Amino acid sequence: MRDSAAFSDPARERIMFARRLLVTAVVTLLLTLVLIVRYFDLQISRYEDFATQSNNNRVLVRPVAPSRGLIYDRNSKLIADNRPSYNLTIVPERSRDLEKLLADLGDVISISERDIKRFRKRLQQRRPYEQTSLRFNLSEEERATLAVNGHRLVGAETSARLKRFYPDGQLFAHVVGYVGRINERESQTIETVKYSGTDSIGKIGLEKFYEQQLLGEVGSEQVETNALGRVTRVLDKTGSVSGDNLTLHIDSNLQKVGLDAFKDKRGALVAIEIETGGVLAMISAPSYDPNLFVTGISQKNYDNLLYSKDRPLFDRAIRGQYPPGSTIKPMFGLTALQHRVVTPSYKIKDNGYFYFKGIERPWRDHNFARGGHGDGVDLAKAIIESCNIYFYGLGVKTGIDRLSDYGGQFGLGSTTGIDLPGEKPGIMPSRAWKKGSRGQSWYNGDTINTSIGQGFMLSTPLQLAVMSARIASRGEVRTPQLVKAINGIDQPTITAEKDISISDQHWDYVHKAMQNVVHSGRGTARSINKGLTYRIAGKTGTAQAISIDAEDKYDNTKIAKRQWDHALFIAFAPADDPKIAIGLIVENGEHGGSAAAPIARAVFDAYMQSNSSTALVER
Amino acid sequence: MHRNDFVRQLNSPGGDRRPSRVMHIDIPLLLILIALCSIGLAVLYSASAESIFYVKRQATFMVIGLFSMIVIAQFKPRLWERWSIFIYLCGLLSLVAVLFFGVGAKGAQRWLDLGVTRFQPSELMKIAVPMTLASYLSKRHIPPRFKHVSLAVIATTIPVLLVAKQPDLGTSLIIFSSGFFALFLAGLGKRYLLSTALLAMAAVPTLWFYVMLDYQKQRVLTLLSPEQDKLGAGWNIMQSTTAIGSGGWSGKGWTQGTQSQLNFLPESHTDFIIAVLAEEFGLIGVLGMLVLYLLLIGRCMIISLNAQSMFGRIMAGTISLTFFVYIFVNMGMVSGILPVVGAPLPFISYGGTAIVTLFLGFGILMAISTEPKRI
Repeated sequence: MRDSAAFSDPARERIMFARRLLVTAVVTLLLTLVLIVRYFDLQISRYEDFATQSNNNRVLVRPVAPSRGLIYDRNSKLIADNRPSYNLTIVPERSRDLEKLLADLGDVISISERDIKRFRKRLQQRRPYEQTSLRFNLSEEERATLAVNGHRLVGAETSARLKRFYPDGQLFAHVVGYVGRINERESQTIETVKYSGTDSIGKIGLEKFYEQQLLGEVGSEQVETNALGRVTRVLDKTGSVSGDNLTLHIDSNLQKVGLDAFKDKRGALVAIEIETGGVLAMISAPSYDPNLFVTGISQKNYDNLLYSKDRPLFDRAIRGQYPPGSTIKPMFGLTALQHRVVTPSYKIKDNGYFYFKGIERPWRDHNFARGGHGDGVDLAKAIIESCNIYFYGLGVKTGIDRLSDYGGQFGLGSTTGIDLPGEKPGIMPSRAWKKGSRGQSWYNGDTINTSIGQGFMLSTPLQLAVMSARIASRGEVRTPQLVKAINGIDQPTITAEKDISISDQHWDYVHKAMQNVVHSGRGTARSINKGLTYRIAGKTGTAQAISIDAEDKYDNTKIAKRQWDHALFIAFAPADDPKIAIGLIVENGEHGGSAAAPIARAVFDAYMQSNSSTALVER
Repeated sequence: MHRNDFVRQLNSPGGDRRPSRVMHIDIPLLLILIALCSIGLAVLYSASAESIFYVKRQATFMVIGLFSMIVIAQFKPRLWERWSIFIYLCGLLSLVAVLFFGVGAKGAQRWLDLGVTRFQPSELMKIAVPMTLASYLSKRHIPPRFKHVSLAVIATTIPVLLVAKQPDLGTSLIIFSSGFFALFLAGLGKRYLLSTALLAMAAVPTLWFYVMLDYQKQRVLTLLSPEQDKLGAGWNIMQSTTAIGSGGWSGKGWTQGTQSQLNFLPESHTDFIIAVLAEEFGLIGVLGMLVLYLLLIGRCMIISLNAQSMFGRIMAGTISLTFFVYIFVNMGMVSGILPVVGAPLPFISYGGTAIVTLFLGFGILMAISTEPKRI
């Protein structure tokens, strides 16, 4: 019947199989005998030993929680601390009557219905003799009351734990992030032993990114307990190892000045130390208090944050993607100079409109109503007064391939690699990008939009700061980093192998134009030059939050404030020997010069003041 | 009464019209399974700190398993013989998929997320590998020739390595032994057996230095000196041997085990559940349990002896032997004579997927046992 049955003999096969099965049956019985011998040995021969051991087995091994690594700013100011927090826990097996105990506790300290409801829920998931929390964060007074009444509260205990505390509240929320209770999803993926001493884990920000370093190593202790499971003495202890301490590049003072300067405006600012790529300040406004999340945020507080129109939980600095607008003009100017598409002596006449062959609808300048920027607009003037018409022509002549290539080199269109989770890449459009994501070919109209930082282009405030730093350093490519040192050991600056190659005379030319944006009488950011004792180089930008038809004029009286243009600014200082670079955006701030630039000035002032004073001290 | 059934079935394996035959149910097998499940639920109730939740869930899976077993038993063994290679290839494909898209827990990547439910391909392979090998080898020359042996070894090794990489050493071991049993029962030559033994000896250092992960090595070292690893596996072994040893002849009584009830014994409701049984029911309980297991295995071996085809013989024999591997590995590891690998005790340990897989295997066995005689 079978394919090869003709060659085999079913009867012989049967006999062979039966013999083989017999062998396995014998082996099975022998191995069972091994098991029986082992269990006999444990249960009968050594019964006395184990019975005694079991009777005396009041020795438990408990994990010893490591203390989480601390986080400091560059001047050793503590910005993430651990503080003891006292919880009221209950072991129901030890209380004679749980309901009475709960009632008694309610008499001496305040326990809400919700506390009890949650306690009962936790009670169902616990193991026998496990401490189950009833109240968190007991005050000093409550602890004293409980201690005094201890004798009639058998089964209740106060237990101390270290709790994360952020002394500056909302100031560093988007940088440091916060820790929170380990949730069900996380508990599936973490190593149980490593987390056996703690119930919190880094949720976002640096707390999440550096979780492995901050966590530390859990220790263990053997404790002897009495018949009710209460610890009577510690027999042996293997200490825990604290997590690594982080020192940030962040300067608390700059951070504070920056956040204050936003007042009630929404937006983000990133300041970078040019030499190292270290992030001096990183602000997303409005912010929130991370302490709310540490022991579990209440639903009401969470809803308030989550559904607030101002979106305080949204980290605009690395996740907000905005059109960069005119802030990319210096960069594209450098690209065009380097490729000799334009020269410093090349000038155009701008009457407010730009026509492209074959397209009827013109592109306009922002001041087309006043007739454009007039005669003799060269690259410097186009940067200083932010002339779009000049850049439309420059963009078309340079071509999208080169614009896109240089945009990438200056840090646009891909994540910068900062040590934070969740960074967005923005978009630096190219032919390949458009084909890939839209399935369409690239048109000249796309190039024209790109040449003033509109159209498909998107960038995060962090990317703006990186671009600003790379312009300031004349093409040195550094990856922005928040952590300066781990346990006091300085982390290396992350440098690309190759600088951006652009001739010196072009850097000189564009740096000078950017200085004149601030310091000349016609510069778009001239409003911030009053009383300046040092020089700032910058570039303003305006990004459309909604699209406006060619025939219509942008008129803020006709549209809702939430749809007003975004104001942007990139800058570095001091202009002749750049130390600090900034990228920032003010949502619906309308004009880079009036809304965004003053915030940058405040941060620069604070930086120059503190750095000149340290310089004096050093001398 | 069922003893009579037992005897009658021994003597006349096919050709009668009794309801159990028509329904393709092997009564002795079913009774033993039900007895094991009942004991399992009782021990689980005690081991899970008297949690009705766990017992309910486990019972649900047992009922699902029983029904699937009966459904599977309705298909002719020929069908499994013919389709085994497709089941095997599907299993292999999903194992590779796990490698790339798998989701997991605690550092291991074992599941495929199918949206509605999670699926663990390694469980499927526990049945697919012996089935494919039985189907392949039974159609070739008996005993297998070199070519057939090589192909069978390759077909076993690939899933074994893929599962070991997840990493899931326990399951990988089960799949490996099922492949070996299939070959052995198909009459693998003495030369091969000897070289396998030599190869195994040579493989130990290779495995140690190149294949095993640190935590797996730790498990083996723990076996040698449990005091070294106080928070992890060493603690488990110290506590489980104390629990077993303190049970004595007759145990401390149901739900009265101090080791397990006072939370000294970790994983008491899953892999270490035999320690609870040993503590609460003593050596008598352990022996009773072993007798039930041996009865089950014996019944399966009789089924395989009486099977109508070589495929049926090899398949049934392999399933019964693999079942014993579960028991030996689990009881050996909990009593401290084998290293700790993740291996549940069949029908007693808490865990839904494993139970359903077990029942599926016995469903195929029932199909084989009730196949009409063909001469």
